[in-house]
Amino acid sequence: MAGSGRLSGRQPVGGGAPDFLGRPGPTAYHRLNPLTKATLATVTAIAAVVLGGLPGPILLTAGAVILPALSARVLSRLLRTALLLALPIAISAFLVNLFFFPGGSQVLLRIGPITATAEGLGFALEILVRILAISGAVTLFYLTTRPGDLTADLERRGINSRAAFVANASVQTVPAMVERAAQITAAQRARGLDTEGSIWRRVRGIVPIVGPVILGSIAEVEERTMALEARGFTRPGRRTLLWTPADSTRQSFARWLLLIALLGLIVVRISAALT
Amino acid sequence: MTITLAGIGYRYAGASKPALIDIDLELGEGEVVGLAGPSEAGKTTLCLVLSGLAPRTVGGQIRGSLTLDGEDVDTWPMHRLSQRIGIAFQNPSTQLSQVTDTVFEEVAFGPMNLGLPRDEVISRTWAALSALRIDALVERDPRRLSGGQQQLVALAGLLAMRPAHLVLDEPTAQLDPAGTQLVGDAIERLAADGASILIAEQKTDLLASICSRLVVLDEGRVALSGPAADVLADPRLDGLGVAAPSPVRLRRAAEAAGANVARLAEAFSGD
Repeated sequence: MAGSGRLSGRQPVGGGAPDFLGRPGPTAYHRLNPLTKATLATVTAIAAVVLGGLPGPILLTAGAVILPALSARVLSRLLRTALLLALPIAISAFLVNLFFFPGGSQVLLRIGPITATAEGLGFALEILVRILAISGAVTLFYLTTRPGDLTADLERRGINSRAAFVANASVQTVPAMVERAAQITAAQRARGLDTEGSIWRRVRGIVPIVGPVILGSIAEVEERTMALEARGFTRPGRRTLLWTPADSTRQSFARWLLLIALLGLIVVRISAALT
Repeated sequence: MTITLAGIGYRYAGASKPALIDIDLELGEGEVVGLAGPSEAGKTTLCLVLSGLAPRTVGGQIRGSLTLDGEDVDTWPMHRLSQRIGIAFQNPSTQLSQVTDTVFEEVAFGPMNLGLPRDEVISRTWAALSALRIDALVERDPRRLSGGQQQLVALAGLLAMRPAHLVLDEPTAQLDPAGTQLVGDAIERLAADGASILIAEQKTDLLASICSRLVVLDEGRVALSGPAADVLADPRLDGLGVAAPSPVRLRRAAEAAGANVARLAEAFSGD
């Protein structure tokens, strides 16, 4: 085989796995097993929807998002990212519910044919806190979990390597597309594209950027697929894992407890609605 | 260890004309064959066909036969073929898996896919990193490297698969002269170990230094083929959109200026 002879050159002392592989995260929260953090994020997001009202999701966000983010020392990044993620949906959902809530009687504001009602405001706020809870939970997971750790853990648990790859690649795609968009924006600006000034100018400036971003990403998919094929990715059977994230019985117990609590909450809410 | 293409014709799905027409090519054990030609001559397509990606992944229609060490590989799945033939592409960013956090894991990605024992994966990874002298990058995020560094990482990932045959599609396109030299050295070492290698490349100086034979494509057909030194000195090369290597151009310039080429060559060789 090529490379079996002369290729075996310099190696580190011992020639083993480098010590940075699977290096534990900086805080106790980072060091939790990825599945534990994923379970907490999922349960928080679903519970925020199921709980409804204002105090429930607010308390939930404080306990399951803000406190862990504080302990993981990522609070400021979490607030910035979660707000950026949630704002477009949150603002539109807030305005739609504020102005178009059906059956509202207590008018707060009238702008032409549309009215904002107190009932609409209450409902809009409820939607807003739910969206923020979901976005906060997802962002906390993203900020405290290395994608490679998640993949390794999923594969260790017997999840198909392709499914694990898709989960990982999905997380990685967002920053890659943002970077590509920034490069294309710079290139288009260098060619005279005006992306500043009035809203109309900005909107017009988006078109020559979105096209290349999407088409470029689609074109890359084919090349990437070929590269993966050439690296044996489609081989059936288990991949070798270089390391796996730590787990414990206590964490496993906590995950089950979270899931049971969520199930209980759903049952309570359904029975309350039925009665 | 030989790889043989016989009467290969290939047409992309929906294309009006074939991209490759009647290509015959054989790569023997330890042989480095260069592939040159103008844009759209069919170089990348030939690389894809030789690696098995066309038509398996790319689609399209193929005729003719591809044999590997005497075996017909028509029915082989890609993951089986990838253990025998490795391919590197021009664009390094699309060759990276994008799911690894460090260069070490990126290079180990292929051997991990093959399900090799952990120790074997680790030793192959170190060996490949070492061969391209990028050990110092092991802890870096592969997505944050320069284009040239990414290309070296992609090549290391390919070497770690230890295929018997290699197909390299403009592997040095983003590399500086030092990086190009590293890749050239690695190719020569692999060939010395018995790998048969096809390298599509615009840098004819590199082809002149590492290839024993050279094939020049034009509009999907073989336009020139033969020993690398002969093909690179062929006056038809310029007409095919391929720049002759520096020594050939220098000699021609000297001849055109009426200089005594034999004495110049003597002076440069230091004799």
